Amino acid sequence: MDRRASSAAPKSANTAKKNRGVKRQLTYGEAIREGLYQAMETDPGVVVIGEGVPDPKAIFETTRGLREKFGADRVLDMPLAENGMTGVCIGAAMCGVRPVMVHQRIDFALLAMDQLINNAAKWHYLFNGQGRVPLVVRVLVGRGWGQGPQHAQSLQALFAHIPGIKVVLPTMAGDAKGMLLEAIQDDNPVVIVEHRWLYNIRGLVPQKPKRERLDRARLIQPGKHVTVAAFSYMVVEALAAAKVLAEYGVELEVIDMRSARPLDMEPVLDSLVKTGLLMVLDIGWATCGVSAEVSTRAVEEGFEHLRKPPKRVTLPDHPVPTSHHLSVDYYPDAETIAREALVLLDKPLPDDESEEVFLRLHRALPRDVPNPDFTGPF
Amino acid sequence: MTQPMQSLPEMYHTMLRIRRVEEALAERYPDQEMRCPMHLCTGQEAVAAGVSIHLRQEDVVFSNHRAHGHYLAKGGSLDAMVAEIYGKSGGCCGGRGGSMHLVDLEAGFLGSAPIVAGTVPLAVGAAWASKLHDRDQVAVVYFGDGCFEEGVLHETMNFASLKQLPVVFVCENNGYSVYTPLAERQPDRPILEIARAHKLSVDEGDGNDVQDVAIRAGKAIQAAREQFKPQFLELHTYRWLEHVGPYEDDHLGYRPAGELKKWRKRCPIQRTAQVLTEEYGWSQADFDKREKWVAKEIEAAFQFSKESPPPDSITASQFVYAE
Ligand SMILES: Cc1ncc(C[n+]2csc(CCOP(=O)(O)OP(=O)(O)O)c2C)c(N)n1
Ligand SMILES: [Mg+2]
Repeated sequence: MDRRASSAAPKSANTAKKNRGVKRQLTYGEAIREGLYQAMETDPGVVVIGEGVPDPKAIFETTRGLREKFGADRVLDMPLAENGMTGVCIGAAMCGVRPVMVHQRIDFALLAMDQLINNAAKWHYLFNGQGRVPLVVRVLVGRGWGQGPQHAQSLQALFAHIPGIKVVLPTMAGDAKGMLLEAIQDDNPVVIVEHRWLYNIRGLVPQKPKRERLDRARLIQPGKHVTVAAFSYMVVEALAAAKVLAEYGVELEVIDMRSARPLDMEPVLDSLVKTGLLMVLDIGWATCGVSAEVSTRAVEEGFEHLRKPPKRVTLPDHPVPTSHHLSVDYYPDAETIAREALVLLDKPLPDDESEEVFLRLHRALPRDVPNPDFTGPF
Repeated sequence: MTQPMQSLPEMYHTMLRIRRVEEALAERYPDQEMRCPMHLCTGQEAVAAGVSIHLRQEDVVFSNHRAHGHYLAKGGSLDAMVAEIYGKSGGCCGGRGGSMHLVDLEAGFLGSAPIVAGTVPLAVGAAWASKLHDRDQVAVVYFGDGCFEEGVLHETMNFASLKQLPVVFVCENNGYSVYTPLAERQPDRPILEIARAHKLSVDEGDGNDVQDVAIRAGKAIQAAREQFKPQFLELHTYRWLEHVGPYEDDHLGYRPAGELKKWRKRCPIQRTAQVLTEEYGWSQADFDKREKWVAKEIEAAFQFSKESPPPDSITASQFVYAE
């Protein structure tokens, strides 16, 4: 066995031993790898397939060592045929296989939309409950280093529009593993949206293959002034903003939405009873996006608690340009969130304190690479 | 044989220019001022040089992620390309595209984009327009061996053949898609036969021999132009550097031992230099002269890029729609 082969499971075992008694931390990427490893170990029907799955870069390490352990029949590369191969995986899924497909960019999954929407999403329904498609599709959202208009889109809303598909966006390492395990068990097509900037962030991850529900948002930072419903990487930025604002007496209540379909509004509505103010943060565009859905549901179901219209913090309504000079203001961050929160609250702080908050959250470092200071843990 | 032979010095110059430009890019990439993914075509220069020698300014070209050579050979502005990679306002897309999205309408380079096979149908559309408007414009599209796995290639070849469109499909078969060799992605059958099955006129050649490329491309382009017959060319070649980025990657072990070395010996530029020495009587001074021209031009292009102002981020919202 080559050196890589043994790295997936034993490494986590070592970490566990070393940290006995201490809660165990893994990066988001490691957590995904461990999830895949454990799923393949318990269910011989699970296969992992995608362009680059067994290659030297191993999908940002998430598939490292799997082929050596589980064999080339179950861990495989695929031809550059996103639509056709999605159909192949759907057919296999109907017949007892549990494929986990992975696309290194969500943009490549666009080629597979026909199979996903016309077949995977409809099969169970249209045959009157006969036939199931237990398919998992992992899609990675790119950002930064000039990946530009065709390699850095956040397209979760396209999938979330479709009844019959589940769409989840884990942010925490523990969820990356737990929701992946649950998605593999689920008898429906599940799209897992993974933001590239989450990969090196550490979090608590149980060693056991503990599954996490796909239909639950989670309150992760209590606060009493503004409800912040955030998706994916925006949760990270929201927590950073919340931390600094708290020192000035302004409390954000941050909810990691975790799932775009089904959408769990309960923690948001509960929170609104207390705060009356809502911010919705998404990694994608606003128009017809998941933030539009959250805002609408909040208005429909929690109108009496809202003191102001919901405020969305999303991408500007145009593609992301490649040049870092052009994209410098493209991605909203913790500073943007703090600014918008203070506007919603009718400027509760003296000007000099507000300025101090913004200054502390301001990112002077290049904005097209992940923040090197922040690697977790949560 | 005579025509490409006459143009050998020009093709040599084109290849040398592409090589030196990319070397200069690779050398400066670690400065972290070219902040975008960059796919270099080092080792594959003969394809673009041998095809473009037959193209007129009004002929149109589309390309993929590995586009520098295709763009330069068609006459794309060097200054605008380098500035684009630096994300400057003087770039061919004003910085919006970077290395993977080049364009020079004046030169007939209608655009490159990195979604595999994404631009193949666009070239057929351009050829269709040419036929509809009774122009004798040819459309060329460059793509890799990976394209044969994408459905859109076959859909497009079918239509090009059905309508007998003046298009030349140029496949640069370098044996890999990223780290995955052809044999792990496609069955052992000549990809040429697929094009033939679509009733395209097909040919294949040595993509590291610019004369061979030029002879075959010349016939194909002429047939497309004069007889409205869609053409397919498979040119065998090899990528020397990593799939994306400025470095070598032989240490990763995905290439069989010795493979890179073997292909390096078949350097299209060195082979041409040898012909020029032996059959054209070129002296060292002739080569030095070319090196000097190219070096000067490259220096100027980097200078241009350096001086070109950064684009204003306010303008990022422009051009979502045509007005
Ligand atoms: C639809 C799609 N799938 C996957 C990718 C990722 N990708 C970019 S380049 C590339 C390799 C393409 O190989 P080939 O067509 O042979 O061109 P080469 O890189 O060898 O020049 C891949 C897989 C992509 N850009 N688009
Ligand atoms: Mg290739």
